[in-house]
Amino acid sequence: MNDVVAPPPATAAAYKSDYKPIWCPGCGDYTVLNAVARAFAQLALPPHEIAVVSGIGCSSRIPAYTSCYGFHGVHGRSLAAGTGLKVARPELTVLGASGDGDGYSIGGNHFLHACRRNVDLTYVVMDNHVYGMTKGQASPTTEPDWDNKLSPGGTGIRAFHPLVIALASGANFVARAFSGDQSGTADIIAKAIRHPGFSFVEILSPCVTFRPEQRDWKNHVHPASVEATDDPARAARRIMTDDGFNIGVLYQGNRTPYPLKMGSGQATVESLEAEFTP
Amino acid sequence: MSPERTRPATLSEVMAQALAIERDAAERYSALADVMEVHNNREVTELFRKMASIEARHMQQIMSSMGWGRPEDAPPVTGWWPGGDAPESVPQDEIHYLMTPWHALQLALGAEQRAEAFFAALATNAPTEAVRKAALEMRDEEREHVALIRNWLAKVPRPDEDWAVDPDPPRYLD
Repeated sequence: MNDVVAPPPATAAAYKSDYKPIWCPGCGDYTVLNAVARAFAQLALPPHEIAVVSGIGCSSRIPAYTSCYGFHGVHGRSLAAGTGLKVARPELTVLGASGDGDGYSIGGNHFLHACRRNVDLTYVVMDNHVYGMTKGQASPTTEPDWDNKLSPGGTGIRAFHPLVIALASGANFVARAFSGDQSGTADIIAKAIRHPGFSFVEILSPCVTFRPEQRDWKNHVHPASVEATDDPARAARRIMTDDGFNIGVLYQGNRTPYPLKMGSGQATVESLEAEFTP
Repeated sequence: MSPERTRPATLSEVMAQALAIERDAAERYSALADVMEVHNNREVTELFRKMASIEARHMQQIMSSMGWGRPEDAPPVTGWWPGGDAPESVPQDEIHYLMTPWHALQLALGAEQRAEAFFAALATNAPTEAVRKAALEMRDEEREHVALIRNWLAKVPRPDEDWAVDPDPPRYLD
């Protein structure tokens, strides 16, 4: 039988499934979903050559809302699953998705080592500084003085700085986006996918239910005033000293991605036995 | 990403910017319709779907007038909308699952008015006659939409004061 190659879909809507997202009205994740779909359309990627891999949490519902292959994985393990998938099937475009709890706490260790390994995949974290699905606990990016019923007076714990940590750990592309800026977010995700190696996109995505004050983020975000640098020290200095609302591609490195030698996709039980059995 | 939104200098650029605005609006209305459908708010779902189809039709009109097969064929539009949202997009954080058609139309009215003001300003500052003419056409279209929505608004009842009261909310915050 001849291989039939479907043409890439014409519109971003074709990358969305028929399932209606179950997020709170006003949640920033709706526009992240639209931005992801637009980025895929911009790159004219066939949906069957894309895998969206997530962990657990509100944002991690996203694979079901796309028409691509998807894997709604174990809590904090979107990068573990995504890395394995990309190594086994390097021809796929792999997009990892998490929230700040899933990605930086439960999956924090995977985050560090995914940056180090520099496998050619894109990691999108929808950061709202709170565990939304489990009703509003402080997450690693929560401000230390965020006062709420579950942590009266705030946790007093210093907030995790994902962009700097990604940079220090070896991520090859580091960007910050804002969910309210749908077209800008789509452009950043498209650039992240195009860039070789591990690309990290932190998306500020307000939780209007447990952090209603984040509605005000739209009045604070602003585009980065300078172009991305390929100098990690300069990027670190910029990121450490910005106001946290600086939007754009902040670092584009040139590390060689992790070599993907295994992924012919044609392995047989016999060939795997020969490889792994002494 | 440049801090300033590029001021269109050619007809192609102004139409690309108009397309970007209509596209954002169509996708936003569609997403809002999905939200309302999940919450079984059928009247507002229908209204947002209708708005999405109107905006999508405008997208198609712009693309066919310019010979663009898909939005990605248009020249890239770079820059930044203040707050992220394009002028004709309804702010997604201003919706409520119990909102009525009156609320939805108020949001739509605001969006159309912002779009009208945007194209009016574009026409005033247009660098060429072709850009000015196109911007004025867009402004007039948006002005028609403002009038249309005002007519719709006159036909829908104002909501009761307790429209947002729900004795059994989908999410308890206490």
